[in-house]
Amino acid sequence: MKIKIIALMAMLLLLASVGWGQEEAAIDSTVQEVIPPGPPLNLKAFDKPYDNGHAIDLTWDLSVDDGAGRNNIIEYRLMRADSPEGPFVERKKLEMGKTEAEDKGVKEPDDPNYFPREHDFYYKVVAVTADAEAESEVVGPVRGIGQWYNAGKNPVAVAVVLFTVFTIYFIFKAKKGAELYIRPLAGIDAVDEAIGRATEMGKPILYVLGLGTAADIATIASFTILSRVAQKVAEYQTSLIVPCYDPIVMTIAQETVKASYYSAGRPDAYNQDSVFFVTNQQFAYVGGVNGIMLRDRPATNFYLGKFYAESLIMAETGAVAGSIQIAGTDEVTQIPFFVVACDYTLIGEELYAASAYLGREPVLLGTLKAQDYAKALVIICCIIGFIAASFGWTWFVEQFHVGN
Amino acid sequence: MKKEIPLAIVFVAGVFMAVQFFVPHAGSEWIYEFVMEWTIIIGIFALALGIWSLLRVSTTKIKRKMENWPYAVVLLAGLVSMIIFGMGFMGGVESYMFRHFFNHVMIPLHATMFSLLAFFIASAAFRAFKARSALATVLLISALVLMLRFNPYLGPVGDLDADLASWILNVPNLAAKRAIIIGIGLGMVATALKVILGIERSYMGSD
Repeated sequence: MKIKIIALMAMLLLLASVGWGQEEAAIDSTVQEVIPPGPPLNLKAFDKPYDNGHAIDLTWDLSVDDGAGRNNIIEYRLMRADSPEGPFVERKKLEMGKTEAEDKGVKEPDDPNYFPREHDFYYKVVAVTADAEAESEVVGPVRGIGQWYNAGKNPVAVAVVLFTVFTIYFIFKAKKGAELYIRPLAGIDAVDEAIGRATEMGKPILYVLGLGTAADIATIASFTILSRVAQKVAEYQTSLIVPCYDPIVMTIAQETVKASYYSAGRPDAYNQDSVFFVTNQQFAYVGGVNGIMLRDRPATNFYLGKFYAESLIMAETGAVAGSIQIAGTDEVTQIPFFVVACDYTLIGEELYAASAYLGREPVLLGTLKAQDYAKALVIICCIIGFIAASFGWTWFVEQFHVGN
Repeated sequence: MKKEIPLAIVFVAGVFMAVQFFVPHAGSEWIYEFVMEWTIIIGIFALALGIWSLLRVSTTKIKRKMENWPYAVVLLAGLVSMIIFGMGFMGGVESYMFRHFFNHVMIPLHATMFSLLAFFIASAAFRAFKARSALATVLLISALVLMLRFNPYLGPVGDLDADLASWILNVPNLAAKRAIIIGIGLGMVATALKVILGIERSYMGSD
């Protein structure tokens, strides 16, 4: 009996052990082995060149499983810490196949993306698959340092120096009395005619400086033209209306017009209220200027400066009011509107040249000549660049690449 | 001295700003931002000058009963009422009246002025697209191709239209735009040089 019981127990144990084994086998069959991917290799971190010290550049070699091997890398994660031990914070995610990154921040300490200058940082890059990660070695310390010269802007520096040399050369040449030919511009030639027309009609001249601020070169160019126009207006004893969008522009325009009246020997004719502020709301300003056009019916309208969507609304209203219109802007998108709606348009650079044309002073004409020669140089570079690019000679084209 | 000091200030400021463009260092950035902040401060004070100018011109019109003087009354009423409604004791810029005037008067007026642009574009296009010469005809045909390409109802009329429109935009149009932009760039530098070197002084009232 005992033997039977022992045999029964032994069988039960055998059966149980078989069942246990099957269960283990079942568990083993559901758990797959997780193999981590190859880590990114040769991670290098260095201060971003020619910047203000708020960025670090990083490069690395791809994981062996990115584009090859198991080919299962999904992305890379760029991690940063203040010490090699961490804690590391994720700075950005990068697509698979990437081997470089820029860790760039801002200088404001209260900004979440604050990146202090001259502070030691440590970096690592994590290669990520669907179920595993592999970290590169930690590199550092590396710190962002602000440079004193941005060599990435060398082409700009060379161009500016070259152009300055051209300008000074032609100014000296003009001062020595050399005759400088400049091609006539219809828009400029029409200025005198337009002021004369206003005088004959006994109607005012409207001068709009646009929506630019005093810091815009187009507005500065417009001041110089306003000065010439105001001088002629003072000589012809016509009235001038200058509604302004920007209060600083208004203040400068008042001084410019006043000085022109003094230069013309007509200080008594100057009326400070002829240059006034309207508003610094774009369409309210348009409403104000259009109202002046339709009520006062100026004989001539000048639109010289920076213009945006209001250009056509004003120019069309001026056309309806029957005024002669001379416009000029450096806003490329607005030039077609002025061309369509105005009698004469100064296209782009002609706005900057207008002052020299009106003054006819040799020194100012010298700068125009320099511009012409600089344009010729640009054309030559374009032709050489076109040929070089066509033949795959990238060296020449790369010389014109401007960094940040 | 009345001319020399402003010219010296213009020269120093102009040269500094030109050099600053090439210097990314913190010190250079700090001075640049300092100058820019001062521009904002000056702008705020200048706004007071602007409002003063507006008040003076409008009150003069009303006092002298000049032509269209009632418009000046409307302008002053709008200006004064918005200042009062925006004051702290009236609830500031969140007050009902301020918001009401802003949302139901000013914004619709701005939108109305902007909407006029659509009609002005149509009338300007009508004038521009008359085939009076060979070049005007080219302009007309180009415009037709582009209008067909971007019409909101049918979309591009065939692949040829889409390709032709892309070519017009990316080749002749872009070439002309770039030529103008290069000219503008040179003109800007020339103007800046003239002002910095004191060659162009007409803005100071001297020839």
